[in-house]
Amino acid sequence: MSATTLTPSAPVQAAPRGPSFAERATGFLKACFDGPLNTAITLGCLAVLWFAVPPFWAWAVTNATWNGNAQACREAGGACWAFVREKFWFSIFGLYPFEERWRPATMITILVAMVIASTIRRFWTKWLFLAWAIAAPVMWMLMQGGILGLPYVQTRQWGGLTITGVIAVFGLALGYPLAILLALGRRSELTLVRWFCTAIIECVRGVPLISLLFMAAIMLPLFMPQGVTIDRLVRVLVAYTLFTAAYMAEVVRGGLQAMPKGQYEAADSIGLSYWQKMRLIILPQALTITIPAQVNTFIGLFKDTTLVVVIGVFDFFTTLRAALGDPNWLGFPTEAYLFAAFVYFVLCFAMSRYSQNLEKTLRPESR
Amino acid sequence: MNWKMFAAAAAAVVTFGAGDALAGRDLDQIRARGNLLCGVQGPSNPGFGVPDAQGRWSGFNVEICRAIAITIFGDPNRVQFVPVTTQSRFPALSAGEVDVLSNNTTWTLTRDSNVNRFNFPAITFYDGQAIMVPRRLNVTSARQLNGATVCVQPGTTTELNISDFFRANNLRFTPVVIADLDEIRRAYDSGRCDVFTNDFAALAAQRTLLTRPADHVILPERLSKEPLAVTIRQGDEELTNIVAWTTFALIDAEEMGITQANVEQIAGSSTNPVVRRLLGVEGNMGESINAARPDFARQIIRTFGNYGEIFERHLGVNTPLGLERGMNNIWTRGGLLYAPPAR
Repeated sequence: MSATTLTPSAPVQAAPRGPSFAERATGFLKACFDGPLNTAITLGCLAVLWFAVPPFWAWAVTNATWNGNAQACREAGGACWAFVREKFWFSIFGLYPFEERWRPATMITILVAMVIASTIRRFWTKWLFLAWAIAAPVMWMLMQGGILGLPYVQTRQWGGLTITGVIAVFGLALGYPLAILLALGRRSELTLVRWFCTAIIECVRGVPLISLLFMAAIMLPLFMPQGVTIDRLVRVLVAYTLFTAAYMAEVVRGGLQAMPKGQYEAADSIGLSYWQKMRLIILPQALTITIPAQVNTFIGLFKDTTLVVVIGVFDFFTTLRAALGDPNWLGFPTEAYLFAAFVYFVLCFAMSRYSQNLEKTLRPESR
Repeated sequence: MNWKMFAAAAAAVVTFGAGDALAGRDLDQIRARGNLLCGVQGPSNPGFGVPDAQGRWSGFNVEICRAIAITIFGDPNRVQFVPVTTQSRFPALSAGEVDVLSNNTTWTLTRDSNVNRFNFPAITFYDGQAIMVPRRLNVTSARQLNGATVCVQPGTTTELNISDFFRANNLRFTPVVIADLDEIRRAYDSGRCDVFTNDFAALAAQRTLLTRPADHVILPERLSKEPLAVTIRQGDEELTNIVAWTTFALIDAEEMGITQANVEQIAGSSTNPVVRRLLGVEGNMGESINAARPDFARQIIRTFGNYGEIFERHLGVNTPLGLERGMNNIWTRGGLLYAPPAR
């Protein structure tokens, strides 16, 4: 991406040694009991912890059941982590045929490896694009089968964390470049392009994601000629990508507008073409300053993938809810939701930390 | 999309819609595709349709679909289960995303009308709003509940039905309004209210989650009618017959005492012409409804058993749901299940 044009950062100087642990601890205690108001707040917080933590600990750890069946869980009275264990692989692979689970497992491995590789700046070359261009169809073929002796598995049987990963990664990865084009188009001097991009952004952003998904999955086939069908997952991916693009475009536009006019003029004065100016001067800066807003939108959109349940796609969260209906394991929603919260938190927190890291490396002067 | 395009598209839909009166189009499509697309309730519905830890569907509604697949293909595995939500089920059926809905859809006039263009070939389960009380109250009928405290969800038909019932019977009650079903269950369990009301099957599922399920009874009264039926699109008489007679065969088999265990023996030895016709030993019942084989009913019963056996396996008293047969019993045993004769 654009970051390759930035110069490597200057060598980092050793930071001066900070205050010792004892000094910091004293400072913290002082701040906690500094005056009657702060003392009251501190004592209040301690009281809340005192009443909340021991019961939670007793439920989640002391009385928890890690192995066994629902009966054992009900007798122990604590958290039933055995339920999460029992349904763990189901929540990863969903309704994918049991005998073929090695295929989504391999697919996830490739996907995770590719995502991790893409976060490493050293790999940000055209080879990465090539790798994605090869990996994406390979992953699709692996999941769908029908070739090389793999049994055919329809996309409606894909599910669990696998499908959450597929929708999030491909939706966000395809939506991002589209967002940049839309943002540039919206600020274009060509009236037609500007109107077109504005219309797309406003129309897509003006409706809830649920209705877009509903249109894509249910209404679209009604308007198609007899016999013509587009795979439902593809339709969902297109809708999600459009939605991502429309939201991200506005974030990128914010970055473009925040650039001082001098940057545009300077680029013009050295005779750069429009695309050179954008690629070399404007976008690297505009995208860097909007990283916090971008990640904010990314995290929001990632969590929005749960909405695909309205059209019957079993994503990670829905798969867990389906597991709750098992007559042999009725009554453990708290455990399931805590597990889901934990997984979403880990993924979102990773995104957040990575973005902070990226901000630091891309903007050495802000360190 | 602008309104002209929309109007054109709508006109196209109407034109195509009008042309589909040809009988058997859906069935031809199912046969050409090689499997039945069965809409089941997502994410899951305890006892009726649940994916297990390996992602395989099981449950009452699931076996009904598999039985239909036996009638069409002679093979219970030629079904693809498509989870649909309560919001997406009807659009999914209209758009052909599924061929049948087997997801506890209530048969009502508007759904059956020429506006919505759905068809309900046969009722598979009689549900209705029911009342649960603790056994210690010694109540045997809802009419004895004068002055009771009732936990209900606000703004639901459940709330309206219960208040209508008490008014109609000149009884007083104190409503305790709680929005969340799990909260209602806890409130009832802790004794904050005397009465817990919901649809019968859902109420039975809630009962299993109480501290002492055996200490609570579901009263015989039903405050609403919820006939749950397999739903298909209008316009395919052959598919209608297949769905209807798959259900009727299950019910008739139970009425005649034909079970998974004895079906082969009865087919070999019975001299009763009604039994022989149902099991395909004589007559051409299979052929006349376009089933894959003349003995489709025998194959269904051999695979899944009769209606009662399917019921007991997924919903009955020996399952966690613990439903009594009640209305879902054969008419000769006081229930509402009454299938036309196979002749």
